Amino acid sequence: MSNPNKYRLRRTMMFLNCQKPGLIKDPYVYKPDSIMLDLEDAVAEREKDAARYSLYHALKEIDYRGVERVVRINGLDTDLWREDIRCAVAGGCDSIRIPKTETADDVRTVEYAIAEAEREFRRPEGSVLIMAALESARGVINAMSICDSSERLFGIALSGGDYSKDLQVSISGTGVEFMGARQHMIIAARAAKVQCFDTVWTNLDDMEGFRKEVETIHAMGFDGKSIVNPRQIPIVHKIYTPKEKEIIFAEKVIKEIDEKKAQGIGVFTVDGKMIDIAFYDGAKRTIALAKASGVYKGDL
Amino acid sequence: MINAVGREIPDEILEITGKEPFQGNYYRDDVPMTKIGPTIRPVMNNQKSKLVANIREALIKCEAHDGMTVSFHHHFRDGDLIVNMVMKEIHDMGLKDITICATSLGKAHAPLVPMIEDGTITGIESSGVRGAIGEAISQGKLKKLAIMRSHGGRVRALTTGESHVDIAFIGAPTSDDYGNLRGIGGKADCGVLSYAIVDGNHADYCVAITDCLVPYPNFPAHIAQTKVDYVCVVDEIGIPSKIASGAAKPTTDQRKLLMAQYCTDVVVNTPWFKEGFSYQTGVGGASIASTQYLAEIMRERNIHMGFGVGGLTKAMCQLLDDGMARVLLDVQDFDLDAVKNLKNVNHHRIPAGVYANPLNKGAVVNKLDYVVLASLEVDVHFNCNVVVGSDGMITGAQGGHPDTAQGAKCAIVICPLMQGRIPAICTDVTTVTTPGESIDVVVTDYGVAVNPARPDILEALKAADCVPLKTIEELRDIAYSIVGKPEKVEFEDRVVGIIEARDGTIIDVVRQIKEI
Repeated sequence: MSNPNKYRLRRTMMFLNCQKPGLIKDPYVYKPDSIMLDLEDAVAEREKDAARYSLYHALKEIDYRGVERVVRINGLDTDLWREDIRCAVAGGCDSIRIPKTETADDVRTVEYAIAEAEREFRRPEGSVLIMAALESARGVINAMSICDSSERLFGIALSGGDYSKDLQVSISGTGVEFMGARQHMIIAARAAKVQCFDTVWTNLDDMEGFRKEVETIHAMGFDGKSIVNPRQIPIVHKIYTPKEKEIIFAEKVIKEIDEKKAQGIGVFTVDGKMIDIAFYDGAKRTIALAKASGVYKGDL
Repeated sequence: MINAVGREIPDEILEITGKEPFQGNYYRDDVPMTKIGPTIRPVMNNQKSKLVANIREALIKCEAHDGMTVSFHHHFRDGDLIVNMVMKEIHDMGLKDITICATSLGKAHAPLVPMIEDGTITGIESSGVRGAIGEAISQGKLKKLAIMRSHGGRVRALTTGESHVDIAFIGAPTSDDYGNLRGIGGKADCGVLSYAIVDGNHADYCVAITDCLVPYPNFPAHIAQTKVDYVCVVDEIGIPSKIASGAAKPTTDQRKLLMAQYCTDVVVNTPWFKEGFSYQTGVGGASIASTQYLAEIMRERNIHMGFGVGGLTKAMCQLLDDGMARVLLDVQDFDLDAVKNLKNVNHHRIPAGVYANPLNKGAVVNKLDYVVLASLEVDVHFNCNVVVGSDGMITGAQGGHPDTAQGAKCAIVICPLMQGRIPAICTDVTTVTTPGESIDVVVTDYGVAVNPARPDILEALKAADCVPLKTIEELRDIAYSIVGKPEKVEFEDRVVGIIEARDGTIIDVVRQIKEI
């Protein structure tokens, strides 16, 4: 089972409350890479049914124009999550986000329910991917096993609000309280070859702070960031847009590796730098980012 | 008869009004015409006082009578107290069959509705009508045809005598006892009196109403003593907080910001964006945001605006203060910052006629490179509707829309694809108020459409690859695919109003709404 969407570009994943149909009707105009249709915390307890109803019909009726549709289900400690999954899979969602993931078993439990729903609603096996939100110290510590838990799992995401409470700290805006978790999670994700996403920034009056945080997590290697407002999208995308010299270099690396491989050469130099096959995926990613950002005009 | 935008103008309406159907934007270009002057009473006696005790005395001295036309300006916007004050007096005097010739009427004037119902007011001429009066007209309560005309069109109508004002009432933040009027220095400053200047020139009688009498001479006068017959001092002429209703916080609505960004991208990637370009924009959230985005790029590229014009806001005045705009030409102030900014020596007041009258020897709008406008509806022919809501009810104003759209080299309309569940981009607008030939670019949240009549703009935007380009038909189809194709609003046969094109021809009619 291999889902071609597993490694798609996910620089921005925008939270949208399924309780508000006006929000979920056309978020694609803001051009996020993914949207996260939330059935969990944003939805009032007594509105869970209504939110599922809106979600189902939105997924069925609306052409999201290529934007990935991730559904955040309610926690496994509730009696809501199974129906959330049925509803999301029946509607045609691309992925399920598991909140408060603490162990690999959590992922496997959800995977089983997804597979059942795929059969029930006659969707191809493996068509629905999974991402896991790590919201506790235990979840973060178990990042490696969670990343390895399922072929469907495309990535893990830090959920800073709950995590900071569990860590008994407050969110400072400097990121100091997330240092360990971020570093640990990105290493685990890379080791398991899955993606890693950073937590939301909720202070919309401090867009400069947001920009700095995105620069930090970009430098750390995160694949993208969860966002709460469309204003944040262009900032993230700009930071994730490769610079012209990076694009030129990546282009050369890809072309040279393809050429040298045919000639049986493994190691060579590009612009004075030693290059081997290990650079290939990174260069491909740079070109993919450049294409998504609309700055690539080449032929790769 | 079918006019140049495909609208049927009933022969009966052409006959009653003596007007022609719209024939295209340049129908009256270079065609000789004669101006009409008012009948005035010269003041030679130096003992005569122009001060009157109250509005009743002014009305009596001005020979108020049944069937007369009175005029007002809308510089006090939603804070205006003058129209209701004067009309109450006219109503109390038992006068009937009055026509109001206003530069605009808004929500503040809802108290006029009972006067429409009892026959005090039987005619309305305005750039538009918002609120309860619009509903009353659409419901067929006004006896005569309502006439909607643009700001420039109104000056034209008074200048040619198509419209004749018996008594003009000009609210003035300050006046001296001899009728030198200024838009500043009082309790309810509106900055400029631009829309009322034509009334001073063409009404038979002119009454200044002020709540701040100042020593003679109140100079430099924005309307001079030579135009004013009487001065009436009242307690209050306007509510300052409602005058400056444009003073909104910058929008955080991402949909508006998105359209503002597209709009700015259009401006900066078309050929007229160069040193000395000219620009007009409105007061909406997207317009103001677009001006702010534009300012950033002007700074980056060291490009300065030659002149900015129009109803002005803080965002435009900031450009002047920062040295990014050379001159501002002002016909209206939407916020107090714009009023205060009139102190800047390069911020000039201009009369509405200079701004937009199509039948003078060249209005300022003709020199515009860009204008950024809004619209309730835009159709696939690029016709705009800014007056009649999609429910068929009169709810908006032409203002300077048709004037600036025609004048500007690049007229951009910002319009969300859908207004709630109503597709704003549609096959046919409910009512044509600005012809499609004037509109060059339509910016929506779903993409940008360029009028096929402007291949130069389309090529420039394609080359820049800066905005998601769509055809106007594609935008309409997206809208219809989301909210469905709307059924046409049902109207009665009776025509309740006409929409004048700038030149006084009829571009469309408004019919009475059908009660469901």
